[in-house]
Amino acid sequence: MGRFIFKRTLLSIIILFFVMFIVYFLIHSLPTSYIETVARQLATRPGNMKSVEQWMADLNATYGLSDNVFTGYFVWLGKAFKGDFGDSWYYSIPVVEEFKKVIWNSFYLGIAALLIEVLVAIPLGVISARKQYSLTDYSVTVTALIGISLPTFFVATLLKLVFSIKLNWFDISGMVSRNYISMTDTQQFFDKAWHFVLPIITLTVVGIGGLMRYTRTNMLEVLNSDYIRTARAKGLSERKVINRHAFRNTLIPIVTILGGSLPGLFAGALITETLFAIEGIGFASYHAMVAGDIPFTMFYLSFMSILTLLGNFISDILYAVVDPRVRIN
Amino acid sequence: MSKNKFHLSALTAVFKKKAVAIEAKKAHYISGKESRRISRTNRRITNRIEKERKRKHVPESEYLSVMRDPNNVVEFDNVHTYFFTDIGTVKAVDGVTFDVPIGKTVGVVGESGCGKSVTSLSLMQLVQRPQGQTVEGEIRFNTGSKVYNIVKTPTSVMQTLRGNQMSMIFQEPMTSLNPVFRIGMQINEVLELHNPEMTKTEVKAKTISLLELVGIANAEGVYKMYPHELSGGMRQRVMIAIALACNPRIIIADEPTTALDVTIQAQILGLLRELKDKINSSIMLITHDLGVIAEMADFVVVMYAGRIIEKGTAEEIFKNPLHPYTKGLLMSKPIVGKKIDRLYNIPGNVPNPINMPDYCYFKDRCVKSIDVCNGQYPPMIKISDTHYVACYLYAAKEEK
Repeated sequence: MGRFIFKRTLLSIIILFFVMFIVYFLIHSLPTSYIETVARQLATRPGNMKSVEQWMADLNATYGLSDNVFTGYFVWLGKAFKGDFGDSWYYSIPVVEEFKKVIWNSFYLGIAALLIEVLVAIPLGVISARKQYSLTDYSVTVTALIGISLPTFFVATLLKLVFSIKLNWFDISGMVSRNYISMTDTQQFFDKAWHFVLPIITLTVVGIGGLMRYTRTNMLEVLNSDYIRTARAKGLSERKVINRHAFRNTLIPIVTILGGSLPGLFAGALITETLFAIEGIGFASYHAMVAGDIPFTMFYLSFMSILTLLGNFISDILYAVVDPRVRIN
Repeated sequence: MSKNKFHLSALTAVFKKKAVAIEAKKAHYISGKESRRISRTNRRITNRIEKERKRKHVPESEYLSVMRDPNNVVEFDNVHTYFFTDIGTVKAVDGVTFDVPIGKTVGVVGESGCGKSVTSLSLMQLVQRPQGQTVEGEIRFNTGSKVYNIVKTPTSVMQTLRGNQMSMIFQEPMTSLNPVFRIGMQINEVLELHNPEMTKTEVKAKTISLLELVGIANAEGVYKMYPHELSGGMRQRVMIAIALACNPRIIIADEPTTALDVTIQAQILGLLRELKDKINSSIMLITHDLGVIAEMADFVVVMYAGRIIEKGTAEEIFKNPLHPYTKGLLMSKPIVGKKIDRLYNIPGNVPNPINMPDYCYFKDRCVKSIDVCNGQYPPMIKISDTHYVACYLYAAKEEK
């Protein structure tokens, strides 16, 4: 096991190196250039002496972009390795500072949605499998399919229309009410939580279908297996057959994908956060990307790559933990 | 000219063949409308049966019965188990009647899909519901003090019988044990369930003695192992240990050795026979291996397409097979010391189980069919007190 973890870590580092290079290369080829925008602004200022080209050359030198892509990448990598991701151009504070400011909003959003998804989808999936082809099964399946098929922006807009505009229960976007500053601490907490409700519902609706279908499929497969018949032949009650014998086996793939999705909680939900103006990592990186903020975007994408690799890694280890047949060596 | 003619006849032959093929395809074709109608009818039938089964507090009088012969542990009496599928009703078991005497081994033989397994699953009430239902007949099970009619017995009562009074060894040892639980736990489970008075240490001791009983040398070690750490033969031994745990009155062995290699087969069969005598239970042995039957069984039941076509003592069936199908089966078995180029095989295929015609199901494959075979399905004809055959060839003999 120790050797496996060591090997996987080494492999992950190599993958990360190349992934980051591709990302760096792509960002450098991005059509929106922060430098160009700034240079054009400076060049049109009254009393300006330099041309756009001159401004760009100067700015490129200041921002460390005059090197070619390879040298630039290694310079960035060397700094990043020491924990220095530079200052965000768009937010004009260190990248890490901005990250610390927004990450928890994303995390709360993600964990709430994940918890609801798990608590709703797994029991429903199990029930749906137990009563295959019943009315319950069909309604669960259809609901799940609707959830999978609807795009995030549609669900979000629909929710806003119903709950914000028609019913006027929630603000249409934003994280806090207007009188937030004059509230007590508890009031502030509940005010923020209230603003998180619609984004959480959106994320849940969009994400729940997949997990539900996954649980149902796995449960069905397990229920048709020989060892469930053996369990019944032992005289176990149906409840014990399902809850002990079938569920433990259904859990294997579910735990694996859920474990793998844990790092994803920090990845943020770009579309949902942007639509509801929740200042999370997705929202922050969206604005940074649109503005062509290379340091922040680089940081966000490298963070995402690490999370993805970490997710796969956790999945693999959890597989060995929950399934006795799998032994990693 | 003659050449042309030949071509023409060849062509017509090809067309005829094609027409026949299309006809045959049509016979298997079922329109969506028809299928929906069938599933609606099926749902009505299965819902009615399920509703009746799901009642709470079924009075005992409804499912208690009386044995025809108290020396039997199980009596199948005109059992019909049907599967209500979307393309029609499959009569998997269609009027099966036979007895399993106490302490004897009854072998059930027949080719794949003839209803052997479904018969045994009906006895355990493990047929895949709601599609599969025992719709008619009685399966009487003698527990010594009470006689249950399994067909009517509610699930809650069945749960006290399964694993306790009746147990089953399945065909596939590789997949019949739950992969995520240790062997010890899987055997403990059945002991704890049916003997709530036993303490944990007693249960463990009993499990280890059971593992030793079925010939597992390293019982303590195997107790802590997972199923994937054992070979197929070992797993089948564990399955046998589970089946024997509560000294059942009947053990159903559904092709217990089919998935195992020949040396292990002999060991497992020897073990079963030895253990049967030790705890004096009956065995219902389901197999398509006639060698196994000859070695193990006291009585033999031959099934074909959901019906019994011949039954008798092992000696009667092997020394004096009567039904052309039984004869065919015995002829298609290799014999040690006899050299032949090709083994005999029975011509044709098993008929489609949906919409069976009302004449002897074997008629189309039978080499000895006579005119009367076109009539209705032959009744069971008594040859001796124990030997019965469902074939018109022997009808005359009876009349004499």
